[in-house]
Amino acid sequence: MELSGSEILVQFLKDEGVEFIFGYPGGAVLHIYDALHQQDDVKHILVRHEQGATHAADGYARATGKPGVALVTSGPGATNAITGIATAYMDSIPMVVISGQVPSGMIGSDAFQEVDAIGCTRPCVKHNFLVKDINKLADTLKKAFYVATTGRPGPVLVDLPKDITAPQIKVPYKYPKKVSMRSYNPTVKGHPRQVKKAVEVLLSAKRPIIYSGGGVILGNASEELRKVTHKLGFPITETLMGLGGFPGTDKQNLGMLGMHGTYEANMAMHDCDVLFAVGARFDDRITGDTSKFCPHATIIHIDIDPASISKTINADIPIVGEVKTVLSEMVKILAEKDLPKSRSSALESWWKKIESWRKQDCLAYDKTSKHIKPQSVIETLYEVTGGDAYITSDVGQHQMFAAQFYKFDKPRRWINSGGLGTMGFGLPAAMGVKLAFPNSDVACVTGEGSIQMCIQELSTCLQYDLPIKVINLNNRYLGMVRQWQEFFYEKRYSHSYMDALPDFVKLAESYGHVGIRVEDPADLQSAMEEAFSLKDRLVFLDVITDQTENVYPMIHAGAAHNSMEISPQHKKKLGAINPDGELA
Amino acid sequence: MRHIISLLVENESGALSRIAGLFSARGYNIESLTVATTEDPTLSRMTIVTIGSDRIIEQITKQLNKLIDVVKLQDMTEGNFIEREMMFVKIRAEGESKRSEIQRLSDIFRARIIDVTDSTFCVELTGSGGKLDAYIKTLHDGDVIEIVRSGSMGITRGVKALTL
Ligand SMILES: Cc1ncc(C[n+]2csc(CCOP(=O)(O)OP(=O)(O)O)c2C)c(N)n1
Ligand SMILES: [Mg+2]
Repeated sequence: MELSGSEILVQFLKDEGVEFIFGYPGGAVLHIYDALHQQDDVKHILVRHEQGATHAADGYARATGKPGVALVTSGPGATNAITGIATAYMDSIPMVVISGQVPSGMIGSDAFQEVDAIGCTRPCVKHNFLVKDINKLADTLKKAFYVATTGRPGPVLVDLPKDITAPQIKVPYKYPKKVSMRSYNPTVKGHPRQVKKAVEVLLSAKRPIIYSGGGVILGNASEELRKVTHKLGFPITETLMGLGGFPGTDKQNLGMLGMHGTYEANMAMHDCDVLFAVGARFDDRITGDTSKFCPHATIIHIDIDPASISKTINADIPIVGEVKTVLSEMVKILAEKDLPKSRSSALESWWKKIESWRKQDCLAYDKTSKHIKPQSVIETLYEVTGGDAYITSDVGQHQMFAAQFYKFDKPRRWINSGGLGTMGFGLPAAMGVKLAFPNSDVACVTGEGSIQMCIQELSTCLQYDLPIKVINLNNRYLGMVRQWQEFFYEKRYSHSYMDALPDFVKLAESYGHVGIRVEDPADLQSAMEEAFSLKDRLVFLDVITDQTENVYPMIHAGAAHNSMEISPQHKKKLGAINPDGELA
Repeated sequence: MRHIISLLVENESGALSRIAGLFSARGYNIESLTVATTEDPTLSRMTIVTIGSDRIIEQITKQLNKLIDVVKLQDMTEGNFIEREMMFVKIRAEGESKRSEIQRLSDIFRARIIDVTDSTFCVELTGSGGKLDAYIKTLHDGDVIEIVRSGSMGITRGVKALTL
């Protein structure tokens, strides 16, 4: 089969099983758009900004586990895509971005819409390729998908000069089924001796905790994690990226840890004698002050990326390998062991201590307020969706409330920008999710600040009939910024007030959607129900929330896990707590 | 500690910038970096001299290994190895006594004079970084016109080799 470069690209995407490609046309990719026009196997979704294309591809990838694909033009198209590429990079999301480039002969001449896309994206891609020879196009695309999806996943950019895609030049095409790259062999199996050693240490632990991260989700290892955790009977805490890796409603789950983690999770981290880190990378929002991190613990760490091990925190038992294979190996070893039926007395008293922390109810908030509390919005969202929706979020207080109050029982349901913390991620990411799962509830929890960063995608949602529910926690503040200013800058609220906000209800309507505003706590439940009852409409729920609410608990940057700023409600209970932090 | 890391990398246009970019993005030191193609034209060999604590060096080697273009890596400092650097020095050499003094010094260091004019010598010298430093020290500051140093290259002693 003789095909042009554009036809090769489109045919390859089809052969690779790509359903959707999120993109925006321009001069350098016009040949490709012409080829896209002549088929309908690969569905192109026209976004309204290239940042939206990369976030949508990213959301699709996070929800499905399949690589997301974006197509952008050269120059401004490529630079607009970078925020989305960096977002995917920080969270290890498999994604392939095709960028147009000026014709090969003009590269380096400051041609119209020329930008060095390879150079610009180099620090935020897993790898990138400039295609210089049409005969290598198919192989390069295959390599791009292979690199993006294997090992520790990540975004890969393929830069395609316009002459490579010209309709006049045709070469034979065959789908490359296999790739071989001598310089890239992602490790998969953990070292058997290390795995055995880890199990021994786990079984002799007195105050253990499992700390699981995004690697469990990315590596499709939740089933194995559930088995190991249940078998061991240990408490488990999840990172922001790991939520849903273990059922959120399970008694063994202490909730999220870290800066805005639960009291019980952070206290247990501080006191544990064995820390079992599974696909987590000891990010600074988790560790706080590294010198005070888990001061008594032997640390076991499973990660697919050797560079993640002992990067910020030294691992005593490092295991480099796929989380899924290592955990199933552990399941096997544990099954062969003759474990006592009931918990050891040490574990029993550890749980007792944990329960006393848990009883303090660190997430309690004022339920008598005449303002709508953001926490109650998430609780209502949880009830109305039966806890089974795909929730995307933006970045700020609303993101933390969603993470704390929506109990994710399944992986890939919680979709947020954890590593880069990209405001503007939520809405386009929700588009990718809704396209993948049209029959599931998809909600974007956002704030009036974040939503305005990619609001233009409301137009895309209309064009492709994407009935997402946008839950706008409208506190008229860049709330998370305001919170830091309240705590650390003596309430000098420098540029964190959102003045001159649009009327979001009218805005939604002008985009052709339904807008509903809620101001009274009494109306919240019915408004939420109404939003989800309108099955085939995008509903923008503008919830006017309490402006002064803060996210608690909070570990101040650089503090230890056992020194948390706690909520006023939590403080009230402290009267009944002894100096060890246990309820009397 | 000072480490000499040798790499075999894909002979691709972007490879050098990925490696240099890694060092600048993560704030690692580069004392010197040399690169040239090998007997296999698809591979380049790079020698990087860097300084850092054990933890940093471990990160550097892991991060380098993670780069798709890096095919193989060896930290020379972990075993016995030979290190050499090459240097050219252009020296002001006017008057008989000065010229013979430079010649004598160069003999002691086994340096070779590779270019001569009425007023200058150009000297070539190979050795460890320390030896090159010592040679420069023997010259009077005002006499040195230009110095070109190659940066270090390293190779392991014995049968062990960094090959595919
Ligand atoms: C693109 C981008 N710019 C700036 C920030 C810094 N930032 C983090 S949270 C936040 C406030 C977000 O405000 P809003 O979306 O209203 O959410 P809220 O905290 O009020 O819930 C800002 C500005 C960011 N994360 N991303
Ligand atoms: Mg806000």
